[in-house]
Amino acid sequence: MDVIALAWWQLALAALMVVALAGCTAVARLGMGRSLLIAASRTVIQLALIGLVLEALFASARLYWVALMALAMLLIAGREVMARQRRRLLGGWAFGIGTVAMFLSSFSVTVLTLTLIIGPEPWYRPQYAIPLLGMMLGNTMTGVALAMDRLTDTAWRQRAAIENRLMLGEPWQQAVGDIRREAMRSGLMPMINAMAAAGVVSLPGMMTGQILAGTSPGLAVKYQILIMFTITLGTGFGTLAAVAAGSRRLFDDRQRLRLDRLSRPRG
Amino acid sequence: MSTIDALSLERLAVGELADASLTIHAGEVHCLSGPSGSGKSRLLRAVADLEPHGGQVWLGDIAQSSLPAHAWRAKVMLVPAESQWWAERVGEHMPRPSDTDLEALGFTPEVLDWQVARLSSGEKQRLALLRAISREPAALLLDEPTANLDDATTRRIETWLSQRIRERGWPVIWVAHNPDQIARVAQRHWRIAGSELIEVAAWM
Repeated sequence: MDVIALAWWQLALAALMVVALAGCTAVARLGMGRSLLIAASRTVIQLALIGLVLEALFASARLYWVALMALAMLLIAGREVMARQRRRLLGGWAFGIGTVAMFLSSFSVTVLTLTLIIGPEPWYRPQYAIPLLGMMLGNTMTGVALAMDRLTDTAWRQRAAIENRLMLGEPWQQAVGDIRREAMRSGLMPMINAMAAAGVVSLPGMMTGQILAGTSPGLAVKYQILIMFTITLGTGFGTLAAVAAGSRRLFDDRQRLRLDRLSRPRG
Repeated sequence: MSTIDALSLERLAVGELADASLTIHAGEVHCLSGPSGSGKSRLLRAVADLEPHGGQVWLGDIAQSSLPAHAWRAKVMLVPAESQWWAERVGEHMPRPSDTDLEALGFTPEVLDWQVARLSSGEKQRLALLRAISREPAALLLDEPTANLDDATTRRIETWLSQRIRERGWPVIWVAHNPDQIARVAQRHWRIAGSELIEVAAWM
């Protein structure tokens, strides 16, 4: 291992600088000192906890522990997708559609990547499976949440136009087609932008991490490319599935626009 | 020419309206009036199956519930009081209408290239009628089709519509307020009073 070990007191030094920043924002009356400190403490606590969990997981390396961890990550991501929508589908559909879409896309792409491409022994080895799935879910979650938010919000704003198209005899798929495409696009956009900017504007976090850990840049780049592609696949298919299912749910079996199935935005 | 069928409402229930039954024969116009909020637009929406409702609607011997909803709406076409335009240009919203229809409504064929944002509310209303009939429906539901038009244009549209309705044999429900207009275009006239449809006698 040629990565330099970090002691807790060294981290405390960095923490002290964050406190200094909080002090400066307080002086400048930005009103952010408090939330800055709370967020910083959350980082420490959450990451320390996940570190403990991962240490335990890596030590046991049983399939059912990995699966349990993956399930917990999926459910939290599903909750997050729901929380990020202004007008969400009622009756558990917002959570259900988001979670199932992420499950289908992230899990299948992760499993395929592990078994066919990387090929660790066993294929569910947590050092590979958990970070890979984490990056997949994190990005798929953003894509699905953006797309669903765009879908429900635009359908709400353009309800009169959608209904007018229905009146003219268009099937629901056609009446909501533009909005559906728009929503899918907004879900895919962040990944396309990230791929286009990779290495030029930003050095991707995982690659940087691997290089810091002593991996040769050539290999780190290969991993980064693989990750970018799998994330794009997961986000893409997840977004397409979620928007397809979500837009279906906006209509009933007589193809009526049912905006009463959406929640009112709070505040 | 498609076969001409009557439009029948059988014990239709929507909102306050509990039991609306009427039959509109081919080529007939039935006007519908009532205070605002009495459910005229909702009744039309129920006939077009855009609103959950009780009872049944028939077009000839085709039941509303026996057709896929979009196929029913393509036959029994609702023209709302306020039309919506989603594409950039007028022509993208409809199959090409005939020049005679365009002219009857006071347009030249160039209107199809116009930007939607340029249209006045009166132009939108006339073009919405044109858009609906250029899709060749089998029955029409008109929600105050001349609300935004001046008197001269109103008369012109009435004449054109009545002629088309007779030619094509559409059964029509026409929501209107103006008694003179009702007298000009309708064969029968119904009023929504509470939960009922009441026929208004022609001499009143």
